[in-house]
Amino acid sequence: MLSIRNLHAGIEEKKILKGLNLEINAGEVHAIMGPNGSGKSTLASVLAGREHYEVSEGSVEFLGKNLLELSPEARAGEGLFLAFQYPIEIAGLTTTNFIKTAVNEIRKYRGEQPLDAVQFLKMMKEKMALMNIDQSLLSRSLNEGFSGGEKKRNEIFQMAMLQPKLAILDETDSGLDIDAIRIVANGVNKLRNKDNAVLLVTHYQRLLDYIVPDFVHVLYNGQIVKSGPKELALELEERGYDFIKNEVNAAQEA
Amino acid sequence: MNTIENIKERFQELQSANGNKLKSLEQNAFDAFNKMGIPTARHEEWKYTRIGNVFNKELHFKPTSTITPQELDQMRLPGHENANEIVFVNGIFSTSLSNVRSKELTVKSLKEASAGEFSEIVSKNLGNSNRYSKDGIHALNSAFAHEGVFIHISNGKIAEHPVYIYHITDARETNVLAQPRNLVYVSERAEIEFAETHFTLGVSESFTNEVLEIVVEKDANVSYYKIQNDKEQSSQVCTTHFRQVGKSYIHAVTISLNGGMVRNNLNITLEAEHAEAHLYGLYFLQGNSHVDNHTVVDHVKANCLSNELYKGIVSDNATAVFNGKIFVQPHAQKTNAYQSNKNILLSEGASVNTKPQLEIFADDVKCSHGCTVGQLDEEGLFYLRSRGISEDTARSLLVHAFAIDILEHVKPAILRSYVDKLIFERLEFETS
Ligand SMILES: Nc1ncnc2c1ncn2[C@@H]1O[C@H](COP(=O)(O)OP(=O)(O)OP(=O)(O)O)[C@@H](O)[C@H]1O
Ligand SMILES: [Mg+2]
Repeated sequence: MLSIRNLHAGIEEKKILKGLNLEINAGEVHAIMGPNGSGKSTLASVLAGREHYEVSEGSVEFLGKNLLELSPEARAGEGLFLAFQYPIEIAGLTTTNFIKTAVNEIRKYRGEQPLDAVQFLKMMKEKMALMNIDQSLLSRSLNEGFSGGEKKRNEIFQMAMLQPKLAILDETDSGLDIDAIRIVANGVNKLRNKDNAVLLVTHYQRLLDYIVPDFVHVLYNGQIVKSGPKELALELEERGYDFIKNEVNAAQEA
Repeated sequence: MNTIENIKERFQELQSANGNKLKSLEQNAFDAFNKMGIPTARHEEWKYTRIGNVFNKELHFKPTSTITPQELDQMRLPGHENANEIVFVNGIFSTSLSNVRSKELTVKSLKEASAGEFSEIVSKNLGNSNRYSKDGIHALNSAFAHEGVFIHISNGKIAEHPVYIYHITDARETNVLAQPRNLVYVSERAEIEFAETHFTLGVSESFTNEVLEIVVEKDANVSYYKIQNDKEQSSQVCTTHFRQVGKSYIHAVTISLNGGMVRNNLNITLEAEHAEAHLYGLYFLQGNSHVDNHTVVDHVKANCLSNELYKGIVSDNATAVFNGKIFVQPHAQKTNAYQSNKNILLSEGASVNTKPQLEIFADDVKCSHGCTVGQLDEEGLFYLRSRGISEDTARSLLVHAFAIDILEHVKPAILRSYVDKLIFERLEFETS
């Protein structure tokens, strides 16, 4: 589904991703962990098409297409979704209006008829129940004045509405209370099937208790330096990143 | 003959007629006009708006014109079936096209009103706006005041029908100079809603120099919506002057979408304690249009509140000017006065000049002001696009989101949907 090869990317003069490789197949859940500043959000942004990042080398293929050539909206149309680490507030645009436009723009991209008001409302109700989100929140301006947890839940609600093929969740668990983590995880799990995939960026093992990954990767210094089964997350939780950093540094010296 | 000669000739003609009680007011104004002339960029209040250019073309002073009711129909605002409609054609009040439905409403020429039962109101209030608009343009309008209209809204009655004021310029055959003049008197406890708009027929050049003075008595409540969406050949200077002579409430919204060179002067004087004024403005400009909003809020008495928010969206090569003055006079303690002006520029060629001016002579007051000029938020744009929304639609949504807190103040549902439609057309996107 997603195949990242030797990806180099940065911002202005700063190199952030330095030859990253990652392969994700349909039906899989991957988790990326790694110290602060290692490039996790950068990877997510580059995949979603944020303009000010510059890709200097490498390729990204998504469902047979060259992802890096597509506009952000076309990437979404193809089925990519990024839950932002820091969702943006937009005063004056209600979440409902926003999500309705998004759903129908994506349908248009795929050559489908727009949903009418009744169909849309039905879908909204369903996903609101799934994400335990209140109507009053969605009638407010997008993320404006939302609590940290509400913003994160709104991201996953949007994901539920847009039904992406590949969802990238950038620290969606940070700032969530214990119940909210369960709700979010439950939402993600319900949306999983053999045709879609999830890429979780997280610092904590806890989320992975609920959304069990097939693979855990460690991103350090712009590269994936270690990959393993879900147990790797437990090991990291116990030992911290030092042993990995030491491994990497030792390998470089050798 | 050039425009100024046209005007002078017309003035002499009118002054030789008898029975005009406003003769001396007009003569003084005409002398002032001759002395000051058309304001140039050297005039402090006209730095960014070069109205002189408008006079380079020969304009005919209030040419007569016939507009048929069918032609009017295409220009009427939605909700007109229930409205009192006051129609000016080339600045002249048209009795036949106007329609006064409410018995609380009296409409007369100022010439008539200045002689009859309303003479005291007229002499007390006509020309009060002079003190804020010391320039030749304003004087020029006053020089022909008796041709204007007096609108009286009677005591304690609630006019259930809004008052729609249309300024129609018939520029099908000739260049036009129109000068509508109105004095509105809103009696105690009256509640009234005005909507005012400008339309031009034809493609010749035109200039409308309008003065509207509104006197608001105790416990009256006035809403005033001005919608400017005229042709690019149509320039205007519109002075709207509110005097709150009693503890009253006013709500003024100015929406400027199209036009050539547009200058709005909105002056509000709070002359009674506990008066309250709310002013909102939205200018959404494209092409080469130029819109200049000059507002004055003068707190004369204590314990009043004024709240002002103007927002601008400027694209292409359009230019916008905002100049907001707040005066708090020495006795106006416990004043609350707020002002804010926010702008976004959508193109390289777009520009805005914004200047707040506070002159506070009382010490126990709460005042704030602020202005911003920026671009559309790139982060917001990316967020929307990452959800599959095309770049154009995302821009439109963001612009609309920016404008919404002004649009929300267009309270009558029928006018709100009319304005929304104009905005959506401008944004070129559909909402279902
Ligand atoms: N716009 C920017 N300008 C300059 N440096 C940037 C910019 N964006 C990211 N960086 C830098 O790139 C590096 C990687 O940042 P990134 O946000 O990808 O880290 P992260 O792995 O997501 O960290 P965290 O766990 O704290 O979220 C950091 O050193 C960061 O300071
Ligand atoms: Mg991050």
